[in-house]
Amino acid sequence: MSAKDVTDATFADEVLASDKPIMVDFWAEWCGPCRAVSPILDKIAEEHADKLSIVKIDVDNNPETAMKYGITSIPAMKVFKNGEVVKTVIGAKPKPALEADLAEFLA
Amino acid sequence: MRQLIIVGSGPAGYTAAIYAARANLKPLVIASSVEFGGELMKTTEVENFPGFPDGIMGPDLMMKMQAQAEKFGAEIVYDDVTKLELDGDVKRVTLGDGTVHESLALIYATGSAYRKLGLDDETRLSGYGVSWCATCDGAFFKQKHVAVVGGGDSALEEATFLTRFADKVSLVHRRGELRASAAMQERAKNDPKIEFLWNKEVTSVLGDEKVAGIGLTDTVDGSESALDLQGLFVAIGSDPRTHLVHGQLDLTAEGTIWVDGRSSRTSQKGVFAAGDVIDPTYKQAITAAGSGTAAALDAEHFLASLPTGVIAEAEGSGELVDQIGASA
Repeated sequence: MSAKDVTDATFADEVLASDKPIMVDFWAEWCGPCRAVSPILDKIAEEHADKLSIVKIDVDNNPETAMKYGITSIPAMKVFKNGEVVKTVIGAKPKPALEADLAEFLA
Repeated sequence: MRQLIIVGSGPAGYTAAIYAARANLKPLVIASSVEFGGELMKTTEVENFPGFPDGIMGPDLMMKMQAQAEKFGAEIVYDDVTKLELDGDVKRVTLGDGTVHESLALIYATGSAYRKLGLDDETRLSGYGVSWCATCDGAFFKQKHVAVVGGGDSALEEATFLTRFADKVSLVHRRGELRASAAMQERAKNDPKIEFLWNKEVTSVLGDEKVAGIGLTDTVDGSESALDLQGLFVAIGSDPRTHLVHGQLDLTAEGTIWVDGRSSRTSQKGVFAAGDVIDPTYKQAITAAGSGTAAALDAEHFLASLPTGVIAEAEGSGELVDQIGASA
């Protein structure tokens, strides 16, 4: 199952109001590394569905949110807890490296 | 066990896979989990690959090479090699998920990794204005001022690409002339948005939470200056990715894998190397592809020279280590 899309319009409801940690994958169609990391994120989401939700947002179609969070490099993955960014991971990484970066949210 | 494993999935790896698959070697390609397709996955238009007079997008070219390799029977695994054991007649490849694959011959084509400036703040601000991929990150610098560091084709290509978004692109080069091809130089020099800063070295990256500027030192008179800008793209070349084979394969003084003359034969029997990892000079998609061809033909020749029965035995045995162990 691939990660659900959120938008500028739904970001507050879906992400900021989430009651469990939620990771947002900022991506774009033309970004090769984003396409590479996307199936890895899906896998992590599937394996840790009870701990961490993962959604994605297309920065081209949702510039407001991308600008608000100062995105200058994608893929950028930000974990939100109670509406605040608590972790940022930048760049496509292999699954073990991403799991290590996200360890505190997956345990 | 297999006859042939290919590590790497750039033009060298996939071309080797096409040739090896057509020779019925049923190669297994370890493509990497996030960098499959290699460096061309991060480029836009490729205008100098023969056969595409109108150019082709880098990722499209790599997908076509992959499809061509698969069509002839190459098998592709999207994982990273964590360990290679190259001594002995059987080569062992351990992947990120713990799987172990074995083969009689191996082609190493891992390409090269971007070089860093080596400044403290470069790492800290990486992803916050410091980037190695203009095609990935350029769009976030609309109407901004950015700098590109470097003097080769890739630096000029990045600078030219960034003019689509940025208002101004400063090309910082530590010498007074460029290494880049004449065509790229002409295009960049005719671009009103590109400014050339000659004989300058980037000596610091400024900014708290994101890039706000860079510090420059003049390589001729040593004078220092600062430049306010929002983005820094680093394109100062690349180094061969050899960490998996240190201590197992001989390297050259330039850090590339040593190969015998114009062949792809490394210092280890049954191990062949191709592409940027053996090439300190040309580093083009088409030279890598040619090098991959040589590696596939060398591997094919090596496998054909093995004593009768070795390949049949290898193909008859299972893929996993414990099965090999049990049969030994």
